Amino acid sequence: MNIALAVGTVFTSAPATSWKRKIVSTSEESTPRMYLISMPALVAGCASCIVVISQLRLPRHPGNNRKGYQVSNPRLLTGTHLMNGQVACAEGAIAAGVNLFVGYPITPATEISERLSRRLPQVGAIYLQGADELDSLAIVIGSVWGGYKAMTATSGNGICLMQENIGYAAMTETPCVIVDMMRAGPGTGVATKTAQGDVFQVRYGSNADYSIIALAPESPQEMFDLTIEAFRLSEIYRVPTFVLGDEILAHTRETVIIPPQVHIQERYTTEQCPGPGYKTWAVPEGSRIPPMPAFGEGYCLAVSSFARTEDGSPTQNYSTYKPLIERLWNKVEEDQDALTQVETGWIDDIEILVIAFGPVARSVKSAVKQARAQGIRAGYCRLITLWPFPDRYLKRLGANLNKVLVAEMNMGKVVREVERCLSASTEVELLSKPGIELHRPSEILEAIKRMA
Amino acid sequence: MTIAPDFINDKKIAQHPAIKYFRFGAPGTPHIWCEGCGIGQIFHYTCIAIEELGLDPNQVVWVGGSGCTGRMCTYWKYDYMHTLHGRPMAYGTGIKIANPSLTVICHMGDGETSAIGGNHLIQTARRNVDIVAICINNYTYGMTGGQHSPTSPTGSTSATSPYGQIENSFDLCKLVAAAGATYVARATVVNPKPAIQYIKKAITKKGFGFVEIAAQCPTFFSRSNKLGDNIDMLEWMKKTYIRKEQFDRLAEDEQSGKIPWGEFVDCERSELVSGLHQLARLRKEE
Repeated sequence: MNIALAVGTVFTSAPATSWKRKIVSTSEESTPRMYLISMPALVAGCASCIVVISQLRLPRHPGNNRKGYQVSNPRLLTGTHLMNGQVACAEGAIAAGVNLFVGYPITPATEISERLSRRLPQVGAIYLQGADELDSLAIVIGSVWGGYKAMTATSGNGICLMQENIGYAAMTETPCVIVDMMRAGPGTGVATKTAQGDVFQVRYGSNADYSIIALAPESPQEMFDLTIEAFRLSEIYRVPTFVLGDEILAHTRETVIIPPQVHIQERYTTEQCPGPGYKTWAVPEGSRIPPMPAFGEGYCLAVSSFARTEDGSPTQNYSTYKPLIERLWNKVEEDQDALTQVETGWIDDIEILVIAFGPVARSVKSAVKQARAQGIRAGYCRLITLWPFPDRYLKRLGANLNKVLVAEMNMGKVVREVERCLSASTEVELLSKPGIELHRPSEILEAIKRMA
Repeated sequence: MTIAPDFINDKKIAQHPAIKYFRFGAPGTPHIWCEGCGIGQIFHYTCIAIEELGLDPNQVVWVGGSGCTGRMCTYWKYDYMHTLHGRPMAYGTGIKIANPSLTVICHMGDGETSAIGGNHLIQTARRNVDIVAICINNYTYGMTGGQHSPTSPTGSTSATSPYGQIENSFDLCKLVAAAGATYVARATVVNPKPAIQYIKKAITKKGFGFVEIAAQCPTFFSRSNKLGDNIDMLEWMKKTYIRKEQFDRLAEDEQSGKIPWGEFVDCERSELVSGLHQLARLRKEE
């Protein structure tokens, strides 16, 4: 059992130290590698420092284009900046090579649009204001099939409107990035206040079965990093990929360090072009993901969200439908070991594990540190990858755990997933705040003490 | 893979001018449309327009939505995008932005153009995106069994207006013209030559080209309104649709029950996609 992937370093919740975090990938078959993000070297003025946003072991299929790594990108505003999460996200998108952004104004995601409307033309890319959220994501998906990398950004209520197009993107395996800056709801809720209520909405919001990837940053720095990562993963897996921020990240200004180089994932396409007769949905041997040429290249692409055969013809046959849906589900879910990103602290000798994601994790880290000072053997696990949910990782981590506390700004969503992963004998408690107000470290410390 | 079914051996069919653009192999091939339906005629007209213009079919993307008309794009042998109900124009806008050299043609039914896709229609016209939208108006939602649509004439009956349609109906050409398209025309399937001419003009014209083509639905609209078979419906269309010039000369009371066809707008206005790319070029150079 590889619980050895725990990272015992002492973390503080200060944003600049997010560069010190260790991201671990989890895997059943071998000892996981650990990568230390070497930001201090950059801070120290080392110009040749290459920042590895994350180096997960991704599945070996032709889409995992190693040649695309470490591309020097003139779009980067390399240096140290004071930015809020939305601006950092916008810069992340530019760094990742976005060609088109389409978004409809909505608090707290409007500044992403504002920033990009100014910045994108400067780098030769395009900004367009959508007529609504449906229009925005539809234009994004259309442009991706035209060969672009594209993104949209919205808040929870906008995601409600996008669900139809999210399902379309999932079914047509269209890589795109959707930023969800969560706010208090339901309905209009509180536009300018935070919440973490969209956890299930982004995963299960559209009809029937599909899979997506969702990443949850905790700081403006991570809004930058994970936006780039979202582009990379969306290209590799050909799924809509979410950056699940919230109002706190949207409006918090912190240090954001933009490195001299980032990894860019180019689209996985094919050079064999037979013209008419090309099978748009044929999956190469040993892979789960078909290559994706663009319109106008002579492939005679058959793009449809119909249940389909390999050549794109609509089908009602169970024998064709079942493998299609299983593939759409499994290409992400089965690869969760490669996709799992967590940050952990003090988990070597724990009695109580605190699980959180997003900005709540920053309060958690502070509380856990205080608990340790008081002699309570607490540790934390911050989920960076929310979807696919890190089932296997938590199962391993929780094998010998008795007490788990889940802190989240909703009425209990991640806690349900956690309960599902852990054995019935593990005591799982929810520390819920429905939104507007972030957990205070003292509240979390109190809950830890109560459980200890 | 292209499967040439038996009927391709029929000499008459093999010589059909649209057959070389037809994608074979789909279940239900040759197509899903009912006998006597007008939608196939517009497939034919669009292919003729593309051929007469000498376009490389590999540079033409057909975009469709849901419903009887929505399925049309899936029979286009080259690149097609079969999208969501009412949203082909938004998807088409994205394709055009990503690759302005492509010709993007959206075929949509009257329901998706005017009801669920109404906002996409007026926004695409307002932005004046250089794509073509062909609205095939058969006054009904055919795929779901003949419910009334926003273009169903007041008083007409349908599966969901058994006592007669009490809503007012849409004049889509007026709407699109007001929203700012550079080319707006209306034709019917009984006037193939003008219809092909309008499609060609909508394709070549820089800016949003909108062509409404009235087509017969003998299965639902005609049956529920007792208009007879497809030939009877064509006769009904001949009587109802009159040339715009002729319509304009009629007195107001004579105009009721008549629908004008012809070209309504043919003007110049700034276009979205070239504007966006120009902005990106200019700013980058600075």
